[in-house]
Amino acid sequence: MEFLSYLISGISLGSVYAIIALGYTMVYGIAKMLNFAHGDVIMVGGYISFCTTSYLGLPGWVSVIFAMVVCTALGVLIEGLAYKPLRQATSLAVLITAIGVSYFLQNAALLIWGASPKGFTPLIPAVNSKGEPNALRLFDGQLSISYISLVTMAVCIVIMIALTIFTGRTKLGKAMRACSEDKGAAQLMGINVNRTISVTFAIGSALAAIAGVLLCSFTTSLMPTTGSMPGIKAFTAAVFGGIGSIPGAFLGGILLGIIESLAKAYISTQLANAILFAVLIVVLLVKPSGLLGRYVPEKV
Amino acid sequence: MKKLIGKIKGLKKTTKVDFATYGGVILAFLIVSALGRFGFLNRSISGMLVPICAYIVMAVSLNLVVGILGELSLGHAGFMSVGAFTGVIVAQSLQASVPSAPLRLALAIVVGAMFAAVAGVIVGIPVLRLRGDYLAIVTLAFGEIIKELINCLLVGYDSKGLHIAFNLDGSLTINDIGMAPDGMAIIKGAQGATGTATIASFTAGFILIMLTLVIVLNLVRSRAGRAIMALRDNRIAAESVGVNVTKYKLMAFVTSAALAGAAGALYGLNYSGLTASKFGFDTSILVLVYVVLGGLGNMWGSIIAATVLYILPEALREFRDYRMLVYAIVLILVMLATNNDQLKGLLGRIIPKRKGAADNG
Amino acid sequence: MKKKNLAALLMAGAMCFSLLAGCSGGSETGGTGTQDPEEPSQGAEATQPAGDDQNGQGNEPAGTASGTFKLGGIGPLTGENAIYGNAAMNGAQIAVDEINALGGAITFEFEKQDDESDPEKALNAYNTLLDHGMQVLVGTVTTGPCITVSDQAFQDRVFAMTPSASSTDVISGKDNMFQVCFTDPNQGVGAADYISANMPDAKVAIIYRNDDAYSQGIRDTFVSEAKAKGLEVVDEGTFTKDTQTDFSVQLTSAQNKGADLIFLPIYYQPASVILAQAKAMDYNPTYFGVDGMDGILTMEGFDTSLAEGVMLLTPFSADAEDERTQNFVKTYSDLYGETPNQFAADGYDVVYAIYEALNAAGCTGGMSAEEICEALIAVMPTISVDGLTGQGMTWQSTGEVSKAPMAVVIENGVYVLPN
Repeated sequence: MEFLSYLISGISLGSVYAIIALGYTMVYGIAKMLNFAHGDVIMVGGYISFCTTSYLGLPGWVSVIFAMVVCTALGVLIEGLAYKPLRQATSLAVLITAIGVSYFLQNAALLIWGASPKGFTPLIPAVNSKGEPNALRLFDGQLSISYISLVTMAVCIVIMIALTIFTGRTKLGKAMRACSEDKGAAQLMGINVNRTISVTFAIGSALAAIAGVLLCSFTTSLMPTTGSMPGIKAFTAAVFGGIGSIPGAFLGGILLGIIESLAKAYISTQLANAILFAVLIVVLLVKPSGLLGRYVPEKV
Repeated sequence: MKKLIGKIKGLKKTTKVDFATYGGVILAFLIVSALGRFGFLNRSISGMLVPICAYIVMAVSLNLVVGILGELSLGHAGFMSVGAFTGVIVAQSLQASVPSAPLRLALAIVVGAMFAAVAGVIVGIPVLRLRGDYLAIVTLAFGEIIKELINCLLVGYDSKGLHIAFNLDGSLTINDIGMAPDGMAIIKGAQGATGTATIASFTAGFILIMLTLVIVLNLVRSRAGRAIMALRDNRIAAESVGVNVTKYKLMAFVTSAALAGAAGALYGLNYSGLTASKFGFDTSILVLVYVVLGGLGNMWGSIIAATVLYILPEALREFRDYRMLVYAIVLILVMLATNNDQLKGLLGRIIPKRKGAADNG
Repeated sequence: MKKKNLAALLMAGAMCFSLLAGCSGGSETGGTGTQDPEEPSQGAEATQPAGDDQNGQGNEPAGTASGTFKLGGIGPLTGENAIYGNAAMNGAQIAVDEINALGGAITFEFEKQDDESDPEKALNAYNTLLDHGMQVLVGTVTTGPCITVSDQAFQDRVFAMTPSASSTDVISGKDNMFQVCFTDPNQGVGAADYISANMPDAKVAIIYRNDDAYSQGIRDTFVSEAKAKGLEVVDEGTFTKDTQTDFSVQLTSAQNKGADLIFLPIYYQPASVILAQAKAMDYNPTYFGVDGMDGILTMEGFDTSLAEGVMLLTPFSADAEDERTQNFVKTYSDLYGETPNQFAADGYDVVYAIYEALNAAGCTGGMSAEEICEALIAVMPTISVDGLTGQGMTWQSTGEVSKAPMAVVIENGVYVLPN
């Protein structure tokens, strides 16, 4: 029973990582860049949601939409101003620019919202109006799963399936895959590569906004640096599952959450992160392109 | 004199650049030392000299991996950390037996470099079979692991020698490692190294930079260096003409790790307090920024970029609350300006092209 | 080729820029303090006619102390720990403005610098402040940087007083370094004594942050004191900076081991997460915090009902009835838009302690940092200061402060004394 509850808390944490990783992997797959500012877009999403609920008094689901709109606009803006001019540059140059954007967002948030942490009211409060926990209770209450965890897991699965269908079936999705395969050829086939990449950023940022709200519902607090560690972990998750692969990011995120939770429970809370990264190294050594990544043979 | 000029003219372009780099570093050292001697340097500048030296060594050594070997490493600060803490342990425990501070510093740097090299081998052998972003993430993971392990490390020194313990379950403290009461705590787990005697000096930093340059430039210009660059440019072609991939990759990687360790030891002995969390992902990224802005494979570029970018946030203190925001904007603008074809074309027309500008890729 | 030329040019440009900026930094000494829009304006000072009446020592013959002193403040103003640095520096600024508004013989110029809670940056900030003519240091705020800076200040003979760096490593062996906050051992022992006296049968679980000197330090002394007092510690959970978002594992473990009291020697931000997550698990132990817990009630958006029944040791309460605290809280919230926490009060008290010490030692503004340092070291053990964080604070020559920690319990969203 104890094991099950650790497992479930791992899965729900993993679902948050998975949603972030899905955004990462989309952008990486198409634009071939590591967007280190992704974690900070999450943080912005959290703050927007916080402001709409606390200052405007709107309900939680409206705040999610608000956050998605703002983050989408922000994502497209960042892409247009900072990344688009570097389309022809080396991937390292783009990486450093992304780091610059990440610094910028963190420090802008610090100036706008101040350094003090904000208490975030979860989408579904931990306790209902009668003071009972908002949780699903199984096995005579020995195992309780909070509704917010259930919502997170459900949202994660829905997003994963929607993205798979989107990239597989729709015209825009196919255009994305074409860009990911070969930008030059895609352009020759009449695909507007620049626009496709912008759309990818828009989708990735909207996902980041959802992830931001869910992440903050979990951690119940919000700071300008809230996004950085989940960002790195989600990047790890994306690589773990095979970067560029949508089901891979999902799987990677969930596994990462489970490993973190079980490592904390049974091995050492001190070394949870170290164990997580050690497992990652071992997996990558056995499968160098990640769990579900495509092996690309080198051509001479 | 004419002969000398003739000789210099006869040298290869790369050699000229190398000598110019050495000369520039020596000149900078002499100028700064002279200014310091006559009291022209304010405290803020003189306080930054040692960390700048350490970061220059970090940048040059990372450039060996990123620029020359062509592999992205995001865990370079991990090696710095190994070097720093080893260096602190060595310097602190030799306080009684080696009274001369410069000698103790040299020993600390050498031992720090050795331990970092060992870490480089341990990481390098399995990791270097990965490529691209996968290698990047594994080096990142390694950096984080090192950080967490050092957070659990307890080290003390007394008359019986070193006492080392790993505080894996969080229940040990520095008092539990069996030290005699007169013993000296060197590393106290998460609280890091405290009470370190600060023996690092600018001169030592300068010597370390020169050594680093000699090692790295000679490696790059040697047969081994050409093999490494061949691996970067086309691994399969290089392999097919008989270049031993593992050997040369490891050579570059371990050299880089050892130098980072040396930089770490210098850095660690400049501060009386030091925690493992300093050497996380952020520091690795910071050094990577120096390398990329300075130019991949361009050693003097790394030196200048490290110096300028280290001083920049300090110089921006005038902006107060907006300091880091301005730093971020400058970083983005510099990347855009140096990589955008249109902008480059525009500036290229304004500034007449220097004839025979050095190519030192 | 073009690319390299341009890069070189930009580098050169940037270098010139930074050098120029560095120069102007040197020449504009002190003047910067008044130009910053973020700093309280002169008008703000008029609103609070200074609580100096209550400041017992302030009315004593001030010796020959006079002149303008340059105070430097160092703390994390950006990054992870920005909340502590900003609070302490803002508190110090209010005290400086109050003292200047008195129109007495002593006035202060205060300049704050950011250290991002990094020893390296802190030392840079310290050097910059010395270049700007700093005579006395207020700082640094966080422990790690303070160990490094205090060591340098000891060598340079600069008097320093930290609002909140609580480790004993900060003051040990340095006669120029003083603290306004409790030391970590003090708090760990205090908490263990309080619990064993009032709840001797408690089964205690500890959740602490093991990559933080403050948290680890209190935990260590708490555990050894608990052992001595026969308290039962059933479980210990740790977390790090990188894992402070999810505590379900540590809480489940504590619950399974039957802990009915959780000791939290941590700051209020992770503590708020622990409270919320435990509530969601329907696990309702008693919580006991230390001074880092202060601030939880004023955290924007925090559901204070979660903190009902939380006990903590704190030297400062923003709800305190006395006039001085009330004035301070009002000024602070007018200026900075939030309720001050304990760090702000510590910063405020540091400036007043320095003020009293300068008065007692009869320092003048023209004295060098070294002269002031020696003079202040001599008088520190003799003065007594009434501050926001304690009445009649006195100092030992080791740098440690003596004041009584106060245990409070949160009821209906305010601190009350436990009955």
